[in-house]
Amino acid sequence: MALVVLLLLVAVVALASLAWGARDVAPGQVWRALVDPVAGDNDHLVVRDLRVPRTLIGLAAGAALGAAGALMQGVTRNPIADPGLLGINAGASLAVVAAIAGLGVASTAAYLPFAFGGAAVAALVVYGAASLGWEGVTPVKLALVGAAFTATATSVITVVLLTDRRTLDEYRFWQVGSLANRPLDVLTTVLPFVLVGLALALAAGRVLNALALGDDVARGLGQDVTRGRLLVVTAVVLLCGSAVSLVGPIAFVGLVVPHVARAVVGPDYRWIVVLSTVLGPVVLLLADVVGRLVARPGEVEAGLVVAVIGAPVLVALVRRSQAVAA
Amino acid sequence: MSAPSTTRTGPASAGRPQGPSGATAGRVAPDASSPGPVEVARRGLVAGRRRRRRRRAVVTVALAAVALTLSALALMLGDFRLSVGQVVGALVGSDDDLAARFVVVDLRAPRLVLGVLVGLAFGLAGALFQSVLRNPLASPDVIGISQGASAGAVAALLLGGATGAAVSASALVGGALVGLLLYAVAWRQGMTGHRFVLAGIGVAYVCSSVVGYLLTRSEVNEAQAALLWMTGSLAQATWGLVVTLGVALAVLVPLVVLVARGLDLLLLGDEQAAGLGIRPEVVRALVIALGVALACVATAAAGPVAFVAFTAAPVARRLLGDGSLALLQAALVGVVLVVGADVVAQHLLPADLAVPVGVVTGAVGGPYLIWLMASGRTRTA
Repeated sequence: MALVVLLLLVAVVALASLAWGARDVAPGQVWRALVDPVAGDNDHLVVRDLRVPRTLIGLAAGAALGAAGALMQGVTRNPIADPGLLGINAGASLAVVAAIAGLGVASTAAYLPFAFGGAAVAALVVYGAASLGWEGVTPVKLALVGAAFTATATSVITVVLLTDRRTLDEYRFWQVGSLANRPLDVLTTVLPFVLVGLALALAAGRVLNALALGDDVARGLGQDVTRGRLLVVTAVVLLCGSAVSLVGPIAFVGLVVPHVARAVVGPDYRWIVVLSTVLGPVVLLLADVVGRLVARPGEVEAGLVVAVIGAPVLVALVRRSQAVAA
Repeated sequence: MSAPSTTRTGPASAGRPQGPSGATAGRVAPDASSPGPVEVARRGLVAGRRRRRRRRAVVTVALAAVALTLSALALMLGDFRLSVGQVVGALVGSDDDLAARFVVVDLRAPRLVLGVLVGLAFGLAGALFQSVLRNPLASPDVIGISQGASAGAVAALLLGGATGAAVSASALVGGALVGLLLYAVAWRQGMTGHRFVLAGIGVAYVCSSVVGYLLTRSEVNEAQAALLWMTGSLAQATWGLVVTLGVALAVLVPLVVLVARGLDLLLLGDEQAAGLGIRPEVVRALVIALGVALACVATAAAGPVAFVAFTAAPVARRLLGDGSLALLQAALVGVVLVVGADVVAQHLLPADLAVPVGVVTGAVGGPYLIWLMASGRTRTA
């Protein structure tokens, strides 16, 4: 039921994202632009060349962030874990800064391979370091090592930004996170990773339910804890790596969405993951549309708006529910 | 979700006293009928307690010694290199060496003392938050205090063109506002940890957005100045600043000592603590207030020096290895980290980079925490 409502919501926000912006296009015109475009019609041009890529990218990145957030909170058993926790966003940011400062790369599309590569390497390093030592990978170690990696990478980034003004000037716009000005082929490059990641995520619900009971109980239930965790982490890397390459380091969607999902469907991770996957795009696209409308004819980046929209929701949820992570 | 497990696994690192001592004491003593096992358990406990106490003393003394050595280095090193004797002479005022006196007392000492105070405040604040909120991720730079202070300072810098004390004041107001807001939001028939943490994260993201907005709408060189502030730096140290921060800490630290016992009992769980005559939600509220205040004043003085508050308590606990509260040790780790990082930033790295201390605390503290986690022979607790 909730799922049906949410799917409807996705459709509504997607339509709003196609229709509204610096230039409003009537819904009928949107439809015509999609099915029967007239060459030279400005409305059709805006919808097809600007709004469609933007909306599709928002859908993909939102779904990836929502699912990744649910997985991350499940695997670390920590309600404040966000998709960037494994150092993924920090790794991506570091690689992007290196690309700007070292190679002179200067366009959002060109950042993509660096962002994805940096994210993957960071996750490998963090997971590898967390699996060394006395008791192997534990949720707490994963969280702490991830945060430590983030701090280290941030330090390096800061040194570069403080000494290299041109890099700062490029990086600060990427760093806030936005859906604007991304060509569609960026999406086609990343889409396979998103799809594989989502498939893994949807399959991981049972693993997360077992892990939520604690490692020992999970083992007692016949769950291979190490393999389960590896599956989840792989999915997170694919999803969050894709998202950060598409829209920059927006983590808040992945933090708040699983909490909303949990409030709706309860503690069963199979449903939390599904709902988060659907809810993610709603939140991200909504933020993007709001960002386009509040500062017309300019716009505010979705990464900035998402926190302003999401935080009150999170706070309200926290106040209402006694059971959040209690 | 991970409902019960958050409180079960989180605290393992967030400092609930655990391991053999507390657990077995409660279990063995009451129901053992024969004297044998009780006596054995008692001896084991006593030996274990002695061992832990010795380790505690060794770790504490070692940390203090490292802090002292680094402080001495901070006063000796520089363009105008001084010997230990010259530094001592300058400090006690017995020497007639006016140049040394000027360099030590007017140039290097304020910066050193600021570093010590800031490290102590951040170390304590992090330890308080992480233990009372029972979440190893809950440090002031995660739950919004640093972000609130940053938003305040960056707004003053970029919108008002403020400098110096006005920026500090604005940061203090920003951080304090976030603290009050979190109370207003999270307080419902008492304070529970997860409400505060989650609300704090939400607020942290909003403040980060404000900062991001300001940074992308300003001149790039002004943005760079704001970034420098947000990294955390000791370069602005003056005796006036040091005294102001010192007075604030002279009020706050004794209060921390006062609530520390209550916090210790709180870690046993709310019911047990209530049974021992503590009102859990009141203690929690006090501890959080102190953590907020410590983080606020330190951030106002030096900016949100990266990672100190986050890492001090986990490192201290790993060094002790007994899962205890470790407030003193966490404060010492904070001091060592900040003072050491500033020595590295000033004297080991190229001077023309003028690297702020916050860069080094992150770059050194991060790998060190990873290494601690990866090389562990004892529990991560």
